[in-house]
Amino acid sequence: MADVAMSGPAALSGRKLWNGARGIFAAVLLSLLFIQPDSARADEDAFAGLATTQFNTIASSVDQIAQQGGPRALPVLRALADKKLFAASEGDALFIRKGDSWEDARSGVPATPDETTLRPVRVNNRVRLAVAAAEAELELVSGTPAERQASATVFYQRHDPAMLPAIDKALSKTDDATLKDTLLNARAAALLSPGAPASDAQAQQQAVAKLRAAGGLDARGILAQASTEETLDPATRKAAEEAVSSIDFELRLWGFGQDAFYGMSLGSVLLLAAMGLAITFGVMGVINMAHGELMMIGAYTTWLTQKAVLSVAPALGSFSLVLAIPAAFLVCGALGIVIERGLIRFLYGRPLETLLATWGLSLILQQVIRSLFGPTNVAVTTPPWLSGSFHLGGIEVTIDRLAIMIFAVVVMAGLTLVLRRTPLGLQMRAVTQNRRMAALMGIRTARVDALTFGLGSGIAGLAGVAVSQIDNVSPNLGQSYIIDSFLVVVFGGVGNLWGTLAAAATLGIGGKALEPLVGAVSGKILLLVLVILYIQRHPRGMFPLRGRGVES
Amino acid sequence: MTTSPRFSRRDFTKFSLAASAAMLAGVKGAAAAPKGEPIRIGVLHSLSGTMAISETTLKDVILMLVELQNRKGGVLGRPLEAVVVDPASNWPLFAEKARQLLAVDKVASVFGCWTSVSRKSVLPVFEELNGILFYPVQYEGQECSRNVFYTGAAPNQQAIPAVDYLLSADGGGAKRFALIGTDYVYPRTTNQILQNYLKSKGIADADIMVNYTPFGQSDWQTIVSQLKAFGSAGKKTAVVSTINGDANVPFYKELGAQGITATDIPVMAFSVGEEELAGMDTKPLVGQLAAWNYFESIDSPANKSFIKEWHTYTKNPKRTTNDPMEASYIGFNLWVQAVEKVGSTDHDKVIDAMVGLKQANLTGGTAKVLPNHHITKPVYIGEIQDDGQFNVVWQTPKEVPGMAWSPYVAETKNLIGDWTKPINCGNYDTVKKACLGAKHG
Repeated sequence: MADVAMSGPAALSGRKLWNGARGIFAAVLLSLLFIQPDSARADEDAFAGLATTQFNTIASSVDQIAQQGGPRALPVLRALADKKLFAASEGDALFIRKGDSWEDARSGVPATPDETTLRPVRVNNRVRLAVAAAEAELELVSGTPAERQASATVFYQRHDPAMLPAIDKALSKTDDATLKDTLLNARAAALLSPGAPASDAQAQQQAVAKLRAAGGLDARGILAQASTEETLDPATRKAAEEAVSSIDFELRLWGFGQDAFYGMSLGSVLLLAAMGLAITFGVMGVINMAHGELMMIGAYTTWLTQKAVLSVAPALGSFSLVLAIPAAFLVCGALGIVIERGLIRFLYGRPLETLLATWGLSLILQQVIRSLFGPTNVAVTTPPWLSGSFHLGGIEVTIDRLAIMIFAVVVMAGLTLVLRRTPLGLQMRAVTQNRRMAALMGIRTARVDALTFGLGSGIAGLAGVAVSQIDNVSPNLGQSYIIDSFLVVVFGGVGNLWGTLAAAATLGIGGKALEPLVGAVSGKILLLVLVILYIQRHPRGMFPLRGRGVES
Repeated sequence: MTTSPRFSRRDFTKFSLAASAAMLAGVKGAAAAPKGEPIRIGVLHSLSGTMAISETTLKDVILMLVELQNRKGGVLGRPLEAVVVDPASNWPLFAEKARQLLAVDKVASVFGCWTSVSRKSVLPVFEELNGILFYPVQYEGQECSRNVFYTGAAPNQQAIPAVDYLLSADGGGAKRFALIGTDYVYPRTTNQILQNYLKSKGIADADIMVNYTPFGQSDWQTIVSQLKAFGSAGKKTAVVSTINGDANVPFYKELGAQGITATDIPVMAFSVGEEELAGMDTKPLVGQLAAWNYFESIDSPANKSFIKEWHTYTKNPKRTTNDPMEASYIGFNLWVQAVEKVGSTDHDKVIDAMVGLKQANLTGGTAKVLPNHHITKPVYIGEIQDDGQFNVVWQTPKEVPGMAWSPYVAETKNLIGDWTKPINCGNYDTVKKACLGAKHG
């Protein structure tokens, strides 16, 4: 150990000396023969910037490393991005942490630095940007096809004229049509950016046309900047301005589709939250103020499942959400049955008392969770397969929201099936419509009541799983959904599942249509006023139930 | 100046009450707590309701400081006793509980309030009964009361330096700003100041977007896509967020879902601290910014020992510390100093003795009480790390004195607060050379 530790710095300083000598020699050669500077020496200088504490120096050092390339460039930059690059407190030695061992950053040979004198190389957004660009630059030449495509996109978004030579080089080497197209966009963008080499008006206008065809927010940004760029040809600026307004027009059209998506996704969250209530309130007539807390417990079950899966089988961590669905349904369903047997069954026919009792219960449940898990939020992670977004034409579809929409539809379909096609559903409807007759036919009404309430509560648990992906999981989670849930159920028509669906969709899309026009605060108020006005005219909601049993 | 090893080992602040400790140690078989009539202090933080999440922690900090102080021999040789009340996130109840603390419990000082609306509710009570309030949270300024000591940041100690950072090359050189906030007094007043400030820095009206959302907003899809569109004008765009409390989690989640990273459009938050991050998956947030006067990650001996005490006191090695906790710590120790200085808990004497006092803060600098009852504070900009902590990327070269009135608002640009003779006024007009009277904001 001791001699390795000794030989590391010694070898380093030896190499430095040699490099120094070589450097002088190279400088002489350079002045005489005008050849390329010695790359090994320049490399060392580029890396040295990383060992400073100045963000500016680190960022420019990253740029330099990328320009020079070399086998050590990518590993060092990746280590920097992952916070695995360390610098010695004295001098400019750099080391990469590999698990428990270390390697010298410049040479890649294993090293044993004195860990107490090491500090991580500092990273801020400026350095992160430089690293992303540098990685893109390096991967554009040597990466896998996917990496090259991603790099080309970074080039396009960054549109730095300094990258033009790299783009041209990559263009000459590729036959892939998609990659070529992205690179051409990147080239056009770079040509129109400040600091671009002077080009003729025709080339500039071609670039504008290229970006105009590419469309989207990125192209809009580049063109908007080009339209104010003094160094560009006036005709180009005018063309860019026209291109911006035509992209804006397209974006506005797509905006309607985008708002519809946002509205449906908000509606699907409302639907999930209200569906369980449609059963307990709509079918059973119980005003369950603890419905939101059952959702909250569903969300905490998701968190616990995630923790359990991570501790037992970390490899399955990203699929814990799938396991959380049945877990939350069972936990909340069982809790619902306990609540019905222990509290609600004494209060049938007295809606105000159920309101008070379940409101008290909701406070108790909140406090229990607060005492068990603490008052602060818990972190439910979103698995990678649910993160991010993709484009459908000009509509950006976020994957977590899409998953919730699909989930809401599946739960709705499942619930309809249970109500229409199973013995439990038949008995539930029978008990709701005529309790005495159902009892006379041999249906155990008390048991059906408990199971119905359990079903409603279980669905609240499912809503909790969905909400944990987009909202914060804290003891207060339920409170923010209870009002909206009641609003949906009453607006849709009490006791009617299709009414719940229609109301959730109307409120969701209505809310998202109003929000961009009048702002989030006034939009919410306006929507509430509209619903109140509607309910005054139609007290039984959008889809009132008709029939004999309704009045009782 | 000799203390028994038992006490010195537990020494917590530099300003230990060595004399009284030694006196106490001399008493045969004396218990750790000093004898005598206790000095009561009030703790006015919500322990239930929506603000309980944040305020419970501050109550715990004050109780911890009281315990530590009593171990060192109390104040003036008398033990401290905390009177904890729960105003339950209910603003009128804040005023009622404040009245109870001052009139019934006769407390020597009160540590409390978080939201600006709670502070505004208790202000008349403190002025009527001549109490002392230590307010430990960053706020919107435009207020200066003789009975309040503002140990949190004023706008010029948080918002203005944060925007300066975003405008600088290091912060990305932003040219367009989206000011996003929750709809209440703190974000609205702060944004008014910031709008005027940005205009004074040459940012055009069209390049400033202002947007407010209700408390607890959970669906951020539209607003985040508006941000994206706003950022596509070809100018570097930054977001200044005064979003409060729980609404932050879905906001950041939506930013992640729509693929906005800190390197595209950085978000500078004024109300997101270590405690808020503890409940988030911070991987998609790496590089997002926050401006505070304290971060848990700052490496200083005082901070290390404070964090250690906090973990021991709460018996939870994972409990985070945050900026309002440090402000509570500074306020508490300043009050102890003032009482020791005048040898009495008399409110008028303590208020007058406060101005000019100095207290070492946890990050290595010194907080000094100014004539306007604000203090000097260092300003730090931190970037969120994947472990839920902040990495300081920028800091002011020295402490910034807190200003009660903003020079960037036309009506208040000539106002100063000065509670020392001969001015003795919270809103003194330096042009008219006159005190505007009992109006505070």
